Amino acid sequence: MTHIPTDSAPDIPAAKVASSSAPLQLSEEHHLCPGCGHPVAWRLLLEVISELELERRAIGVVGHGCYTNIVRLADVDFLQCLHGRAPAVATGVKRVQPQAAVFTLQGDGDMASEGLQEVLHAAGRGERITCIMLNNGVFGDTGGQMTAATVVGQRTKTSLDGRDPASHGHPIPVADLVARLPGSVYVARGAVNNAGSIARTKRYLRRAFELQMEGAGFGLVEVLTMCPTGWFVATPEGPDYLEDRFEPTFPVGELKTA
Amino acid sequence: MSTIVTRGTVVIGVERCKGCELCIPACRPGVLEMSSEVNRSGYRYPLLRPGCTACRACHAVCPDYVFEVYKFDEPVATEIRDSPGSEQ
Amino acid sequence: MATALMQGSDAVAEACVAAGCRFFAGYPMLPFTDLLESMSRRLPEVGGTCINVESEIEGVNMVLGAAAAGARAATGSCGQGIALMQEAIAEAALNEVPFVVFNMARGQQDYFQCTRGGGWGDYRTITLAPKDVGEAVEHTQLLFHLADQYRAPVILYGDYLVAHTYMSVDVSPRQYGPLPPKDWALDGSRGGTGKSRQIWTWAMGKANDPGPGPDAHWRRLAEKFDSIAGQEMRHESYLADDAEYLVVSFGTAGPFVDYVVDELRAEGMRIGSFRPISLWPFPERALAAAASAARKVLVYEVNAGQMIDDVRLSIAGRCPVQFIGGVSIDGSGMRQGDLLEVGSIRQRVLAAVRQEDER
Repeated sequence: MTHIPTDSAPDIPAAKVASSSAPLQLSEEHHLCPGCGHPVAWRLLLEVISELELERRAIGVVGHGCYTNIVRLADVDFLQCLHGRAPAVATGVKRVQPQAAVFTLQGDGDMASEGLQEVLHAAGRGERITCIMLNNGVFGDTGGQMTAATVVGQRTKTSLDGRDPASHGHPIPVADLVARLPGSVYVARGAVNNAGSIARTKRYLRRAFELQMEGAGFGLVEVLTMCPTGWFVATPEGPDYLEDRFEPTFPVGELKTA
Repeated sequence: MSTIVTRGTVVIGVERCKGCELCIPACRPGVLEMSSEVNRSGYRYPLLRPGCTACRACHAVCPDYVFEVYKFDEPVATEIRDSPGSEQ
Repeated sequence: MATALMQGSDAVAEACVAAGCRFFAGYPMLPFTDLLESMSRRLPEVGGTCINVESEIEGVNMVLGAAAAGARAATGSCGQGIALMQEAIAEAALNEVPFVVFNMARGQQDYFQCTRGGGWGDYRTITLAPKDVGEAVEHTQLLFHLADQYRAPVILYGDYLVAHTYMSVDVSPRQYGPLPPKDWALDGSRGGTGKSRQIWTWAMGKANDPGPGPDAHWRRLAEKFDSIAGQEMRHESYLADDAEYLVVSFGTAGPFVDYVVDELRAEGMRIGSFRPISLWPFPERALAAAASAARKVLVYEVNAGQMIDDVRLSIAGRCPVQFIGGVSIDGSGMRQGDLLEVGSIRQRVLAAVRQEDER
């Protein structure tokens, strides 16, 4: 069967319904692995900022991980901060610039491991910021070590036989902890492993930012992302691995909403 | 012979693709398949068959911003000659 | 504002307000706690924010965020809490975010911490060590200015005596000259313009406007700190010109030493004192000059010997340098102990002088 040429726009009347460049994106070239879920999450974040018309007010505080590359790639004011500290840094930013749309972008290594107290305290205080955790259960940027969110049985460089509760304990579901705190007003957990979950995750991000701009309180969106490299799976298997191995430990959905 | 209705199309940034293949199962009408050729980085990339519905699922799941999606003002009907073993 | 009798912590807080500080975050730890409480009362009165944080690490990172967003911001603690803040202080030195750190120390044992740093990378922190509440008020305002002038975190080395002594002080705002606008501060306003801002120790820049990267950035910063070193040395010397014996001390030990110097001068000894006001940059040229007539330099500090390293570097072997200080902490663990006492200092000076005479 012949293939349709796909190197240029159609020559019959048509509307462009999706662009190959996200809003506020300075470059589409990133060096993250094939099949990585982070760039999908980046796109959703930038689309939400743009659709809510927050470009001239958004300030991002970004931790350390493969996702840090967004600081180069997106046309947004950014502060790249110390591992785990983003919710505290974002608190300082927001208290001084209360009109700004202040968000953090962190991985599970950054938030669940190094920075667990920062996010819990910020949520406890009800800081009017939006924290975003990209959770793939692994320290990807440093080569694939275990984090506090690595699921039982998951193989990593520091749990070669799979995470074993007897030796390594159990993963920590950050969104569930934060949802328990009265200071948090919006807590959701999404995923980017299929078009449906991607659409829902975008709604979660949008709701979190809306509530921040209403001054309602602390919001957290945890986003499960694929890391086929860190998971030792072929890229097409990433989405199923996420659903089969991660979602049972980290159930998706809105945990708390205003 | 059978008729396929195509409601839209995509522009594929072949050189940006990293061959992850996430778009293949994501495509709802199943009109994407991976090439046998490779791009300059050594990755195979998606090719498009008739029947795109402009659902944008490929665009949604792609980590490398490969897809632009267009929806036709008017759907296009194409006559396809059935071949032995054809899935249509 | 006229002169008023104020407790040191309240005076420093008032000086912060006079300097325009509007964000403060700290964790209770004596003898810093009174400053936190004072700021907690005072900042809301002037439209500022004071947060009693859940950890020192969160406190300093909050201050970094507030300063990155353009506010004059400060934090503090005492040595052990400052130890927790080291990574963030280094980070701010390397991503050029200005703020003031009040080390209301439990004595003189944090000299190394302030001047050698315990963070990471090639950085320095301007550190001013006031001798009393009056200087602390002046240094507080100066430090906010220096932080903004050089886009760097800076330290006030206070202690229990600075925090708790009552003194008549004038905390009216002081002017130190014009400063460049903070057009680097984050407010989101340049998002989507192609010129959005970035604060990053690695200075990678943007895809459309690459930055210098860590190599060139950190090299420029090293040059910046070298340049600061040449310009921000401060000291006080007393009766040094003809001094055969020069006693070097810092911070609140200074007035005790000067009391002994006055006593011994009256008894005919040619003795003087030297006090670095900036612990970094250490005023080495001024010390070398002050010691030019000295047979011996005596170093009095209430610790196991920290500033003495800088004294030795300054004297460069021209004459002997002898340590006459020592570790001394009082029963509460919050302040210098018995060694900080003029009788004790006098004895140690005389013992050192006798040794020299016996040669």
